[in-house]
This record gives sequence, structure tokens and C-alpha cells, in this order.
Amino acid sequence: MLAAALENIPLMIVATGALVGIAAALPGTFLVLRGSSLLSDAISHSIVLGIVLVWMMSGAQSGPLQLIGAAVTGLATVFLTELVAGTGRVKNDAAIGLVFPALFSIGVLLLNVYARDVHIDQHTVLLGEIGFVWLDTVALGAYEVPRSLLSMGAMCAINLVFVVLLFKELKLATFDRALAAALGFMPGLLFYALLALTSATAVAAFDAVGAVLFIAFVIVPPSAAYLLTDRLSLMLLLSAAIATLSSIAGYVVAVLFDVSIGGMMAVMTGLFLLLAFLFGPRYGIIAQALRRRRAATVTPA
Amino acid sequence: MNGALAFLSDYTIQNVAFGAAILGTISGVLGVFAVLRQQSLLGDALSHAALPGICLGFLLAGSRSLPAILAGALLTGILAALVILVLTSRTRLKTDAAIGISLSVFFAAGVVLLTYIQGTGNASQGGLDTFLFGQAAAILRSDLYVMGAIALVGLGIVAAFWKEFKLVTFDPDFAGSLGMPVRRIETALTLLIALAVVVGLQMVGVVLMAAMVIAPAVAARQWARSLGAMVTLSALAGIVAGASGALLSSLASGLATGPLIVLAATLLVIVSLLFAPQRGILWSVIRRRRAAHHLRGRQVLATIHDLASAHHDTSYPAEQSMLDAYHGLGTGAVLSRLEGRGLVRRTTHMPQEGPHWELTEEGRAQARESLGETPPESA
Repeated sequence: MLAAALENIPLMIVATGALVGIAAALPGTFLVLRGSSLLSDAISHSIVLGIVLVWMMSGAQSGPLQLIGAAVTGLATVFLTELVAGTGRVKNDAAIGLVFPALFSIGVLLLNVYARDVHIDQHTVLLGEIGFVWLDTVALGAYEVPRSLLSMGAMCAINLVFVVLLFKELKLATFDRALAAALGFMPGLLFYALLALTSATAVAAFDAVGAVLFIAFVIVPPSAAYLLTDRLSLMLLLSAAIATLSSIAGYVVAVLFDVSIGGMMAVMTGLFLLLAFLFGPRYGIIAQALRRRRAATVTPA
Repeated sequence: MNGALAFLSDYTIQNVAFGAAILGTISGVLGVFAVLRQQSLLGDALSHAALPGICLGFLLAGSRSLPAILAGALLTGILAALVILVLTSRTRLKTDAAIGISLSVFFAAGVVLLTYIQGTGNASQGGLDTFLFGQAAAILRSDLYVMGAIALVGLGIVAAFWKEFKLVTFDPDFAGSLGMPVRRIETALTLLIALAVVVGLQMVGVVLMAAMVIAPAVAARQWARSLGAMVTLSALAGIVAGASGALLSSLASGLATGPLIVLAATLLVIVSLLFAPQRGILWSVIRRRRAAHHLRGRQVLATIHDLASAHHDTSYPAEQSMLDAYHGLGTGAVLSRLEGRGLVRRTTHMPQEGPHWELTEEGRAQARESLGETPPESA
């Protein structure tokens, strides 16, 4: 049965998409709540440089070495951004906008010069090829498992363990940084760990969805969930559910119109955000309008 | 020399250079307002959001017609700005999430449309890819007119509303109290950023256009002391970065134009951050160093002076090792600097070995002054 599932190409693609979404939404939830979600924009662009550098040094296009390289690149991006902002001459937002385009540019130029014969070209960098994940498989016992599925599954598990084990600490560091620091939870270190995991997830997801679409998976499902609930645990679950549904719906629609599957999955996350924005039980636009009208009818009496 | 002339009169090279100049001017000028109003990453969102517009323009026009493509890009850029505005004002999402949502979902829609166009098998669709990373060599003379016209409109608006833009950028509350329509002016500035992004799409591409909005303005901020100067310098920086990057990419084939332009702009930023007069990091390091030296000198002078007054001997020879112990670190370098300025004099105090120091007349006066003591003769 498992073998049949692994032969099922649509299932493999949807599963990979869902795993990308869940793995990204786990750290994404905390980034969105903290107001630092654009660091995922910076990280997902600059890991291109990391991927090219690790490839040039070791020849590895994926695997643990790439994940570690990505974590280092991601942290270096954040460190450089803080360094530039720390000079007091550039505001934080401009610092982000200076650092990652520069690193990304170096990465793209290195690709232009050295990587003509590798599978990473400019398009894959931006868009990924989730439709082809089933082509690249590794033997796992008796089964041929798509490599992306395996690496995304691993990243998903790592992120899940991190969030579950440190749930209390992450929660406190996100909502009351000062108290977390006072209690010795080291919110700064936690935050860096979160960013390192985001970077590693970005690399694992790179083949499937590329640099830019990954941002959608980090930011949009948690944002939609944030419009639906006030509970952190529920927000994480809803993000994962929205990511999974987006993956399924995106695949179906993309096949229907014969367009980019990864792109359509990201568009679907936007659609779910729109639905949450309109119909959210408490923060949705319609609920807000109803509440206002009710308040208006009650007040005169 | 002849080679250089031939190079400069080359048709493609001329186009590239003009295009870069137009791009640099408009993104430099409008980037200043984006950076000063801390909206740097808005440019990032607007440029990514241009991709679906590019595709829509292509689909509607049925060919790679630049005016249609740029109009589409402007339209979706504005739409993206609107989405950000609605998300931040009507929900509890913060600005960063709103920008990220707009950026990624619009870009994803662009990717979907791009693959849709590729699926239709339209022969002229090959050109659309160049909008991702920019390709200077693909620029035609007719494209330049379109870019130039858009840039002129943008610059004209900035010139016409210079006073309003300036006030709203620096003091929106005051502008409001003067009865200026602040919200409308802010909206206009946002739309103008979309305009600047559109001009650069063909050369720099959607992914990196944000850097062209931010980098020249940040570099210019280091050198300028007024808005007018900053705008001028920023435009210059944009032109220099644009032209050098674009020319490099047309010399070395296979190198994408956008990244080269962005790296040229980044280089300008680094040089400006380090070396600009007044605000340069190098100078402030030197100033801090000098101040630290100065402070150390005064502390050592005061110590020698205190020792002298405790011993009721104005020319009391203070032992250097004692001064070291007193200050917890080596004072040799400080003492030789003070000696160079004629404030202390090297002396000996037999039978003790090792260097000793006493204050000169001038050193005594300085020590008193820094200790806040009035000289005895005027007391």
C-alpha cells in the first residue's frame, strides 16, 4: 500500500507541498507574531548564495551540508542586517533591503559564471519545480522515496520537535520578551534558533518551491490563522491546516489550467487569507461590520 | 582610444547607458522619499507585485509591447499597495506581514500567469523571462522613449509638489495642521514608488528592483545635509550604479544585468557608509579614538598633579610604574604623547630606578583647568 502511495505522483506532489507549508508555518507563526516576518524574505533570497557556495566547495546540491550552509547563511544575513542597522546610519527596514539583494546578486552572478551545468538555474532559484519532485528519488529500504519528500519530512519533524519542546519558552519570548529575558529563557538565542530553522527549511523547500514562493508559505498561512484565533496552539494547528488545504487546492487548480503548481499553491494561501479576512468569526470584516451595527442599534436605547 | 569610441557609439551600448541613466534618476529621486519615510521594503513588495501585471499586459496586448506591460505592472503594483494598506488598517496584522503577504501572493500569481503564457505557446513569450532578473541588452530605442516618458511624469510630479512632499516626509503632523491633505500626499508618494519600480523592471528585474530604490538613497544620505542635495546625489548614485552595472553586463555576456547593477549600488553604499565626511564610520571611529586619547591624557595629568599637591611639591617626580598601577593599565604611550605636547617632562628620582615624570608649567595649568581648580594667582 505504501509502495502504491509512493507511486502516486499527484499524492507525492501534494504531500511535498503540504510538508513545505507545515514546516514553514511552524517558525512562520512566531515570526509573524513577532513582527519579523520580512526576515524570511531576506533569508529565502540570500540562501541562494549559501547554496551556490556550499555547492562550489563540496559539490553537494542537497543534503545535511546544504542545510547547515543555509542555516549559516540565514544567520549571516540577519547578523549583517543588524550590523548595518547598528551603525545608526541606516534604518532597520532599509538595512534588510540593502543586505539581501546584495547577497542574492552575488549568488545569481556565481550561478551565471560557474553553474551552467548544474540543475540550479535562475528559474529554479525563483520558482522551484514541485511538479518534478517525484523524478528524484532515493531508495529507502524497499521503497523509492522522492528526495524532496524525505528532506521536507525531516525538516517538518525537526521544526515540530523544536516548537513542541520549547513551546512555553517560545510563547513567552514572543509575547513578553522582557519577562522571558528576566526568567532566563534567552529570547535572543531562541529567536536566532528560529531563524536558523527557517533558513534550513528554506533550503529543504528550495527544489520544490524556490526562493520567493517559500515566503508565501512562511507568512501567509500563519497570518490567515492569526485572523481566526487568539490561541497560539490553535494558530499553529490552523496554519498547518491552511497550508495543507492550499497544497491540495493549488495542485488541483494548477493541473486544471496547466500552470505552475508551486505558484498556484502559494496563490491558494492568499485565497485562504482572503476568506479569513472576510469571514473570520471575530476579526473578519463581516463580523466587524455586524458588531458595529449591533452597537449602533443598542447605543440609542 | 578608437576602440573606446567605437564602444561608446555602439547602438546597444548607447541604449543601455541611456536606459541606466533614466532608471537611476527616477529610482534615486523617489527612493529618497521611500527611505526617509521608512517604507524601503514597500518597494520590494511593489516590484515583486509587478510580475502578474507584466503578464497581464502581455496577455492583453498579445505581444511584448512595453507600454502595455508597464501599464499592467503599474496597475498590479498599485493593487498590491492597496492590499497592504487594507491589511494594516482593517486587520491586526502588522506592516511586515502585510508586505510579505502582498509580495509573495502577487508574485505567485505572476508565476502562475507566466506558466500559463508559456503553455499557450505564443512565440514572442520568450522575452518575459528577462523581467525576472533584467536584461539590459534587450532594450530597444523605442523602450527608452517609454521609460523616459514615465520618468519625466514622475519627476514632474515631484518638482510640482516638492514643498508638500518635503513637509509630509519630515513632519506629517505639522503638514496636517497646515491643512495639507496628508493622506493623499502619502498615497501619491506610494504610487510614485510604484512608478519608479516600473521604469526599472526591464533592466533590473522584479526581484532586485527594491535595492535600486533603497541603495542610492542610503548612499546619498551620507553625503547630503538637505533634501535637495540628497535627491540630487541619490539620482547621481543611481545613474552611476545603473550605467556601470549595465555596461559591465553588456561587456561580459552571460552575466545578468540586475545583480550587477545592484552590486554596483551596494559598493556605493559601503563606500559612503565608511568614508562620507561627517557621517562616515571611519571618521567617527577616529574621532572616538582621539577623544579617548584626550581623556586618558587628562586623567594621567590630573593624577600627577594630585600626587604633587599631596606632597606639597609642584615638581614632584611621579614614578611611571605607580601611574600604571593607579590607572590599571600601561601609561607609557599616554605619557610620551603628553611629553610631545610639552605637558610633562621625563625626570629621574635617585636612588629609584625606572622612569619618573613631572608636570611642566603648562601641564600644571592644564591639570588645574581640567580638575576645575582656579589657578592660585587669580584666587
